Amino acid sequence: MKTSMKPVVFVPRDSGALSLGAEDVARAIAGEGAGRGVDLTLVRNGSRGLYWLEPMVEVVADGRRIAYGPVDAESVPGLFEAGFLDGRPHDLCLGPTDEIALLKKQERLTFARVGVIDPVSLDDYLAHGGYEGLARAARLGAEQVVTEVMDSGLRGRGGAGFPCAIKLRTVMQTAADQKYVVCNADEGDSGTFADRMIMEGDPFVLIEGMTIAALCAGATRGYIYLRSEYPHCARTLKAAIAAARARGYLGKNVLDTGRQFDLEVRVGAGSYICGEETAMLESLEGRRGMVRYKPPVPAVCGLFGKPTVINNVLTLATLPIILARGGAFYKNYGVGRSRGTQPIQLAGNVKRPGLFEKAFGVTLREMVYEYGGGTASGRPVRAVQVGGPLGAYFPQSMLDVALDYEELAARDGLLGHGGIVVFDDTVNMAEMARYAMEFCALESCGKCTPCRIGSTRGVEVIDRIVGGQNQAANLLLLRELCDTMTNASLCALGGLTPLPVLSALKYFPQDFGLGDEAAGEVR
Amino acid sequence: MNTNGWDKASISAIAQELKDQPGALMVILRRIQDELGWIPQPSVPLIADALNLSRAEVHGVISFYHDFRDHPPGRHVLRLCRAESCQAMGAVALARHVKDRLGIDFGQTTADGRITLDAVYCLGNCACSPAITMDDDIYGRVSPAKIDKLLESLE
Ligand SMILES: Cc1cc2nc3c(=O)[nH]c(=O)nc-3n(C[C@H](O)[C@H](O)[C@H](O)COP(=O)(O)O)c2cc1C
Ligand code: SF4
Ligand code: FES
Repeated sequence: MKTSMKPVVFVPRDSGALSLGAEDVARAIAGEGAGRGVDLTLVRNGSRGLYWLEPMVEVVADGRRIAYGPVDAESVPGLFEAGFLDGRPHDLCLGPTDEIALLKKQERLTFARVGVIDPVSLDDYLAHGGYEGLARAARLGAEQVVTEVMDSGLRGRGGAGFPCAIKLRTVMQTAADQKYVVCNADEGDSGTFADRMIMEGDPFVLIEGMTIAALCAGATRGYIYLRSEYPHCARTLKAAIAAARARGYLGKNVLDTGRQFDLEVRVGAGSYICGEETAMLESLEGRRGMVRYKPPVPAVCGLFGKPTVINNVLTLATLPIILARGGAFYKNYGVGRSRGTQPIQLAGNVKRPGLFEKAFGVTLREMVYEYGGGTASGRPVRAVQVGGPLGAYFPQSMLDVALDYEELAARDGLLGHGGIVVFDDTVNMAEMARYAMEFCALESCGKCTPCRIGSTRGVEVIDRIVGGQNQAANLLLLRELCDTMTNASLCALGGLTPLPVLSALKYFPQDFGLGDEAAGEVR
Repeated sequence: MNTNGWDKASISAIAQELKDQPGALMVILRRIQDELGWIPQPSVPLIADALNLSRAEVHGVISFYHDFRDHPPGRHVLRLCRAESCQAMGAVALARHVKDRLGIDFGQTTADGRITLDAVYCLGNCACSPAITMDDDIYGRVSPAKIDKLLESLE
């Protein structure tokens, strides 16, 4: 890079970075630059996902990105003094960004551009391989697109792990005067933030993915159902949608294919159950988020009764790279029936929390210790919850499980949306079990009794066990209650709440005031 | 946000503007909630008329969603995340601290109308737990001291 060029500084606009003061840092850099008469370009990028280093500021020196972090406003004058605009050394200097060990070890496919580009610049997106997937998809035609997605092995990243290609094909083959693509951006699971990072850091990849799905399935309208807790995503998405529309990537004649597709953002209203796909459709139709009976599946009879492709943000945002590079390229990553990569989100009590995209197969232990560096508190790890509020708690002895759909299922767990929450030895697991029941009661749509009533009974029964009242009888009652919820709930909220409850009881009976034998009976 | 004053004309205008949107009821309620900070009871018949729905249907939707308030909030809305990742980083103690300091529970507003305290279940900021929002701003790795400072900075 020529020295005469304007210095470029990247300061994330990601809401995690903002929560740690990135806005103040950006303001301080602009102010300090102006004060020194330096004309610099400030780019507000997404986050690289290394949250222990946020706010992480980057500059370009000799054509290479150099990172500094964590930066606060007070350290900005010192950075200028040290010559950070030219990538010079400073206590906060992390070296070239792409050499940061925990970034380098990742396989970034879905997240290839997140943190790299200016999220609302279509030109930047295009300069980094954007819309190559759609261009190839348009050349291949719908049938071939389904084949590529089938070959990639891509499964839904929202939790259920259903093959993406089958939904696409079903909607494609179902004749109708109107079809829809709905993006599930409700991301309600605690410990997850990958969807948010995509929408804030690379919204065009989601728009491109939805467009690929739409052209393949024959849909002309799309909705992104976004949770209301993500106002920054709403702003970035709306800006990106407007930019795509202005340049013919959305609208009446997408990329001169003669095909129509447009989409809009719909903001939810704080309901976890609206992440369940049929409740989401009800909500989009303007009603209470009550779960629908299936069949019919949404692919046949979905939004407003029309065939609907409904997928998670990550699933849709992975279509562009699959179409650009081919199904075989994507399938090369991963293990067994879990193909490709999983953006793993590491949170809770962990020294290095963040987003790490890895090929399937990495173990929970590697994530918690090698990536996470153990607990933030420095105390021993006691329990790890995988897969959000409906996922199991694992003790130390089970951390060698590989993070893939089948391995976790074999241990009464689930991958869910790929979130991992670490707890140190101060956690009380009876309280976590109680919380799981409480959360289910709070968020139940109320359609079926086991979930609506059972969850409230569950809280009471756990309280009695912990209180030492008639423990044997109450344990039996809790087991029966969990059985009923598992077997007789319409959806996974009631159906899977027993996973965190029973795993807490199985692995941590002492927290319930029980001996090991008593807990053994529960299984 | 937090405009406690409202009038029927502006609510009718919102309903009229959005009534032809697919799934209009949610769009209208969302807009009213965003603009006023709550959904005044007299909007129910106005919306019901505009959409040709029963009042019970409109009311049923309002009551289903946690975001829709039937009372005006305080001048500031403080939301504390209560979900698992934040619990692992001390959210329970943080909540106790805030409740003691403000003398209110979740879902309540201080007597002087200054602050409404709400529980929220994940802000997607779990890598910076415990997380909170104050009005439109998000904060991570929040300690009791940090929250005290924030509360003191408010009018
Ligand atoms: C209670 C409940 C909550 C859910 N929340 C979400 C969510 O926040 N985001 C999501 O993508 N899927 C969620 N799902 C899964 C969806 O129902 C559905 O499987 C998913 O949107 C399908 O997309 P995919 O195949 O791309 O994963 C939830 C399911 C249940 C039962
Ligand atoms: S399990 Fe719960 S949330 Fe799911 S349909 Fe039944 S009542 Fe509704
Ligand atoms: S659990 Fe608190 S922000 Fe996600």
